[in-house]
Amino acid sequence: MKALALVSAVWLALASCAFGALAQEGFDDPALNERYRALISEIRCPKCLNESIAESKAPVAAELRREIRRLMGEGASDDEIKEFLASRYGEFVLYRPPLTLKTFAVWAAPFALFVVGAFVFWRILAARLRQPLDDEPLDEGPPS
Amino acid sequence: MWRYVVPLVLFLGIGVLFWRGLGMNPNYVPSALVGKPIPTFSLPSVTNPQEIVSTETLAGHVSLVNVWGTWCVECRHEHGFLLELARAGVPIYGLNVRDDRAAAIDWLSRLGDPYVSSGFDPDNKAGIEWGVTGAPETFLIGRDGTILHKHISPLTPRIWQRDFLPLLKEHCGPGDCPFLAAVGGS
Amino acid sequence: MIPEFGQLALALALCLALVQGTLPLVGAARGRADWMAVARPAAAGQFVFVAIAFGALVYAFLSDDFSVLFVAQHSNSALPVFYKATAAWGGHEGSMLLWIAVLAVWTLAVAAGSRSQPQEFSSRVLGVLGIVSAGVIAFALLTSNPFTRLIPAAADGNDLNPLLQDPGMIFHPPTLYVGYVGMAVPFAFAVAALLTGRLDKNWAKWTRPWTVVAWLFLTGGITLGSWWAYYELGWGGWWFWDPVENSSFMPWLMATALLHSLAVTERRGIFKSWTVLLAIAAFSLSLLGTFLTRAGVMISVHAFASDPTRGLFILGLLAIFSGGALALYAARARNLEAEGGFKLVSREAFLLANNVLLVIATGVVLLGTLAPLIVEALGLGKISVGPPYFNLMFLLPALPLVALIGVGMHAGWRMMPGDALARRLRGPAVAALAIGVAAPFVFFDSASVLTTFAVSIALWVALSSLLDPMRRLVFRTGAPLTRGQIGMSLAHFGVGVFMLGATVASAYNFERDFAARPGDTIEAGGYEIVFNGIRSVEGPNFVADEAEIELRDGDELIGILRPQVRTYRVQTEPMTEAAIDTNMLRDVFVALGEPLGDNAWSLRLRVKPLIRLLWIGAGLMALGGLVAVTDKRYRVAVRQPAPAAAQPVEAA
Repeated sequence: MKALALVSAVWLALASCAFGALAQEGFDDPALNERYRALISEIRCPKCLNESIAESKAPVAAELRREIRRLMGEGASDDEIKEFLASRYGEFVLYRPPLTLKTFAVWAAPFALFVVGAFVFWRILAARLRQPLDDEPLDEGPPS
Repeated sequence: MWRYVVPLVLFLGIGVLFWRGLGMNPNYVPSALVGKPIPTFSLPSVTNPQEIVSTETLAGHVSLVNVWGTWCVECRHEHGFLLELARAGVPIYGLNVRDDRAAAIDWLSRLGDPYVSSGFDPDNKAGIEWGVTGAPETFLIGRDGTILHKHISPLTPRIWQRDFLPLLKEHCGPGDCPFLAAVGGS
Repeated sequence: MIPEFGQLALALALCLALVQGTLPLVGAARGRADWMAVARPAAAGQFVFVAIAFGALVYAFLSDDFSVLFVAQHSNSALPVFYKATAAWGGHEGSMLLWIAVLAVWTLAVAAGSRSQPQEFSSRVLGVLGIVSAGVIAFALLTSNPFTRLIPAAADGNDLNPLLQDPGMIFHPPTLYVGYVGMAVPFAFAVAALLTGRLDKNWAKWTRPWTVVAWLFLTGGITLGSWWAYYELGWGGWWFWDPVENSSFMPWLMATALLHSLAVTERRGIFKSWTVLLAIAAFSLSLLGTFLTRAGVMISVHAFASDPTRGLFILGLLAIFSGGALALYAARARNLEAEGGFKLVSREAFLLANNVLLVIATGVVLLGTLAPLIVEALGLGKISVGPPYFNLMFLLPALPLVALIGVGMHAGWRMMPGDALARRLRGPAVAALAIGVAAPFVFFDSASVLTTFAVSIALWVALSSLLDPMRRLVFRTGAPLTRGQIGMSLAHFGVGVFMLGATVASAYNFERDFAARPGDTIEAGGYEIVFNGIRSVEGPNFVADEAEIELRDGDELIGILRPQVRTYRVQTEPMTEAAIDTNMLRDVFVALGEPLGDNAWSLRLRVKPLIRLLWIGAGLMALGGLVAVTDKRYRVAVRQPAPAAAQPVEAA
């Protein structure tokens, strides 16, 4: 597997290649391209059966990808791009729910579960620590 | 000892949630633009490239904006009703997306043109500003330029009665909607 | 006539299921041996009729009987024979019949294997299975009849969904269903125990092999589905946290917890209420999955054609089965409490942590899946919760869990001196950390903290799992390994391998879309892609544009890839068939996109390092389960006849 640096150099060298004139769905700059790919995989196609616009073949998905490329070219940040899309298509198109008062519970829930779980674990363990170990002889090793 | 009831309680909660969920439509995505002013856009008209359809065109009166295309099979289902509404005096503006101009002009001349004018948007650039995903989609615009409602799928008399008329009655001031009586409002 | 016979057979199966679900249970409550004895014959009879019904449906497909609505919707005369047969489960109605058939097979197996159990208990188990069967068969007959006629008959069918015309379709649903539906067995055992009011080590010994078999099929089924999506859908993803995927994953998580909890119950006679609850939860989540897939409540590519009436019926089944079982649990579980102490450093403590973490993991997935529904039901609009959320949040319980696996499997029962444990594990821990931190930088030039952490943990589990087998097989110290122990080491090793593959493939995934004309050479991802051109090919029921791509590394030709875009004759939606060059180190994935005009085509390139380990790891997990279940202590138990009275026999 060639080092990423070498590949980047090859890409930049190829940036002047003939097929740059054709409609290309990506950026020549590898960092920008990675950011683009990551971003489009987080946007939900508003008309499909649960697909991101990266995978979807729907026309609206291609149009949204085009808009994202345009906005990235204009220097918009990821948050600004998501805001642009959400204000027109709703929060529905964001696969990563934004952290708002409404979605706070969604993001906090796993941590809350952890706290409850730790509590449960501790209570049960504490009870078992107080109970006698059985009369059966202790094992030497760990059979299954 | 109450901890043994917890799983049952959780299950009942999920059951109620699913019960509610059965009554909801997962495919219905509410528009993010309802209640907001119409987006800024400016398009040449389909029939006459010198004419402009823009935010200004829609200002100051109650109207419909209808998204259509000759590739859209379902649009034919609502076309007849749109013609009826147009005849009754409802101002309908078209947003023609992802289309070929010649085909669009041909369609309008063959099937009838219910639109005051239609904006030509072959790349759906303006459509994106409106949150358009496809066709047919119909927006109800208020006098002050606020988007009052968006309907996805063909517009039928039933939907007009159920969703559009109540909003029209609510938002039309005296003299705003001269067509109201003709389209079912009294 | 045959479809009518099928429907009649299904109706008869329902009658037998009702008998199986009532008489034995009442008989057990009243001590009537003759009613309890009805269980096995009823189960056998139900199996026969269900088999006839299923056979009738397959026959209708194979004989191109387009007067049957379901066949007309999902088949076509040009469909290859293999797919005609598998189209039987290519839609909602047929797949419900598959569900019923798989349950009938499981019931028959349980009936045959229950001879060593006291009749009061085995009749309750079969009775519960009978109730479940009756409910599901009633659901099929009343709302989802696959034998409904189409009058007048169609001249030809709508063809099977092209996505399903693939070898993966032959294996994925049946394997998945054997696992999914198989969770009904430990469920039945758990409910029977609650009804009997008694649960002992023998109960765990009887329940465990069934659970392992169902679990290993579920593991295999999910893996097959993931692999199938990977090569079939054309964009190289292997898990999307889609609601339907999650609804097969959650039962798997609970079944894994159940497996391990059963080990404690079998060994020490404790964790009984945990085990019962996990058994109920695993099956309930299976049913929940059936609901989500078919009720039209959530959007998914995997969802069947939806219908709120069907959803209501399944919700009713959920209420009866899960609600009933949980109510029984609420009433009776406290009687199961048993004494049995253990220390902080002990296998029991680790397995307790295992239970807790797996429940948390299931909770995270469940909450993420249901959150959009909850938000909408509260009138707060529509949100989406997708991979960015799940990929992050799932790691919270998953990483500690996998790390603990490496320690827990070496802990002794009841108590173990911590320093002995540490001494044993020091070697693998250091090795894993060293390699885990260094390797990503060496091979890939950069690594995030999370990646090195995850890789280290994966290596740690893998090395730790090999410790005992190496010790005993290579150094010949200690007692000989039982199949149970080999299976355990193999399965845990599989976890490490899986995690390594998943981490590296996700972190170092290379993807790029290109526009290319025939004759172009593209350099990307460390390879040269030579696009030789497009030609038209014809399949049995499709035409395709096929690209010829040479994959080169410098001067060396690695392989020729032929990705296609197929247009099926009946369902004309174009379908991508990606071409994959695969070896142990990486998959190179090339998919053909749309023609871009001017003789150019869009090509999609993905390079996924170590992704093979993902499938291999999962396969090792299932294999480990298979090895473990062939342990001789389970075979001995089956051969002994049932004792006259229900005495808890001391486990050997």
